[in-house]
Amino acid sequence: MILQQLVNGLSLGSVYAVFAVGFTLVFGVLNVLNLSQGAVFMWGAYLGLEVVGTLALPLPAAVAVAFVAAGLLGVLSEWIVFRPLQRRGAHRWMGMVASLALARILIGLAQEAFGTQVVRYPDSAMTMASLDILGARVQLLQLVALAAALTMVLALGALLRLTNLGRAIRTVAFSETVARLVGAPVDRVRLATFFVAGALAGGAGVLWSLVFQSVSPFMGDAILLKGLTVLILGGLGNVLGALAGGLLLGLVEVSSVVAVGSGYRDAIGFGLVLAILLVRPTGLFATREAKRA
Amino acid sequence: MTDAMPTRRTALALGAAAILAAGPARAQAGRVARIGLVQSTTGGSAALYGTEQKQAIELAFDEINAANTLNGIRLQALHADDGADRSQTVNIFQRLIRQDKVVAILGPTLSNSAFAADPIAQAAGIPVIASSNTAPNLTRIGDFVFRTSVPEDQVFPTVLRYAVQKHGVKRVALIYGLDDALTRGAHDVQKKAVADLGLEQTGIESYQRGDVDFSAQLTKIKARKPDALILGTLAEEAASILRQARQLGFDDKVVFVGCNANISAKLFELAGPAANGIIVGAAWFAGYDSPRSRAFVEAYRKRYGSTPDIYAAQGYDAAYLLAEAIRRAGGADSGRAIRDKLAGITDFEGVLGRFGWSAERDATVTPKVLVGDGQARVFVTAPGA
Repeated sequence: MILQQLVNGLSLGSVYAVFAVGFTLVFGVLNVLNLSQGAVFMWGAYLGLEVVGTLALPLPAAVAVAFVAAGLLGVLSEWIVFRPLQRRGAHRWMGMVASLALARILIGLAQEAFGTQVVRYPDSAMTMASLDILGARVQLLQLVALAAALTMVLALGALLRLTNLGRAIRTVAFSETVARLVGAPVDRVRLATFFVAGALAGGAGVLWSLVFQSVSPFMGDAILLKGLTVLILGGLGNVLGALAGGLLLGLVEVSSVVAVGSGYRDAIGFGLVLAILLVRPTGLFATREAKRA
Repeated sequence: MTDAMPTRRTALALGAAAILAAGPARAQAGRVARIGLVQSTTGGSAALYGTEQKQAIELAFDEINAANTLNGIRLQALHADDGADRSQTVNIFQRLIRQDKVVAILGPTLSNSAFAADPIAQAAGIPVIASSNTAPNLTRIGDFVFRTSVPEDQVFPTVLRYAVQKHGVKRVALIYGLDDALTRGAHDVQKKAVADLGLEQTGIESYQRGDVDFSAQLTKIKARKPDALILGTLAEEAASILRQARQLGFDDKVVFVGCNANISAKLFELAGPAANGIIVGAAWFAGYDSPRSRAFVEAYRKRYGSTPDIYAAQGYDAAYLLAEAIRRAGGADSGRAIRDKLAGITDFEGVLGRFGWSAERDATVTPKVLVGDGQARVFVTAPGA
């Protein structure tokens, strides 16, 4: 049973991690909190569903479409919310509130387009496959989720460390003014960051809907709160911390069900945030170097 | 929205006024029994239930009038929409009783509205029959308040008894939604039924609205090896629980016992074959095999082009019960006489089956035990129920 719960916690946590990595990237690089991320996650799930359901294309196509489309939604949030506000010299709190408004608009549009009832991805050999490992039942999809979380974080890490774009992103993260002075293409870097964050949210949306078989216009609200929790756990803007924080939150939620009782699941998850903020406000995994991107 | 609301209200009020003005003019030489029909046809999800009931009651009235079973008395429905807003319900009750001089009221749609408005009818001596109010203690408002809607606590014990007899269930686990009045209410009823039957309870798990991952709770439940898992959940959540339990390798012998809210096409859509064998109970379902029920479903489909739901069936029975009371009272002049005759009905054969009243004026109907057929995606009568 312990092993099974470990599997449960890790697969839940890996979806949290994929979502939170994008979330924390935007925060780390641009120092803004994009609260439309949950709605982008939900749109990723629906668009993927349209691809496999209405268009009857295979699952990888759904992931690809969700990835790109959600990335573009991320870009959209920069174009219509964050950039105009920044140009007007608005306080960054304004961006946060405006992104919340964008989230409500996206949710409203989804309600109109897809209805408010819960739907799910069609069954396929891949969604049904599972294997027994030492008495624990592991779904293939749970392994996929975990692999996806690790791959995405490694890929993002490589992007940030090894490429010119990565260097530019880190420069912008250090200081936008400095980046402009040294000639880094700040506007393009911002767009790229929003695209990557949106794409990760969309990918997480498809993963989530595959693992838990539930798609609804309101699915982004819960994960947005979990994403904020992971952000605090892992340290604001810390990509590796987001991965570790996501997995940790999944495990904490599952163990609170096991050890304390299912009624306290969220209370313990969010209680952890409070405790961390009081004891170690930079997050569990924060170091000076890794603090921002 | 704020601009549109008064306009829509006004339009409805004008519409209602027009109907009321036309009413007396249409009345023929024969006697007319005016019945208030208070069902929400606007106001969110309540409108779904309200519309079903309104349609079924109007169908019943037309059938009764056409058959002339009331010795020349014609039933006339005065429909008013309260928009699922209880202050509107109060206004409507006052108007129906004082101005329109109705002799009885069928409705209102929501329990909340009933608690606000039924006392007015009680004070005026006008009988009220609800067909979708399921809140506990509703009929304690007074002796003029009846209902044909059957609350969970009259259905679930029968369902659980069936699971015990048919599947030898001894140890049970329960799971329910912590923050929803409906699922909590169902859970309370289920817990009591488990205790009343003397079953061993091996654990209670819960979740919060919006949760879609139940694997931690289900893993915990699985380790305790229950014979049955009892669901105090909405249909979407029940579907996820059924699927995830199968994925976690629950023993095929474990019986899943659901609540009223699980009786939904959505359950099959989301759970697929995993919904096979789930046991639920209902006062009525569209496939109920009795001559009266079949005739009702057919007549309703013919007139409205859709299959009636349980609220329609309960509304239809309420209309026929009221007609029967008026027939026995020999007229529609006194609310008190109609109430007394209504309370005296013990052997009514309705769409829901054999019908009577409890001491509290709740409907007493034999619940039907149903079992999910995941392939055909419908509930069917449980074998040997």
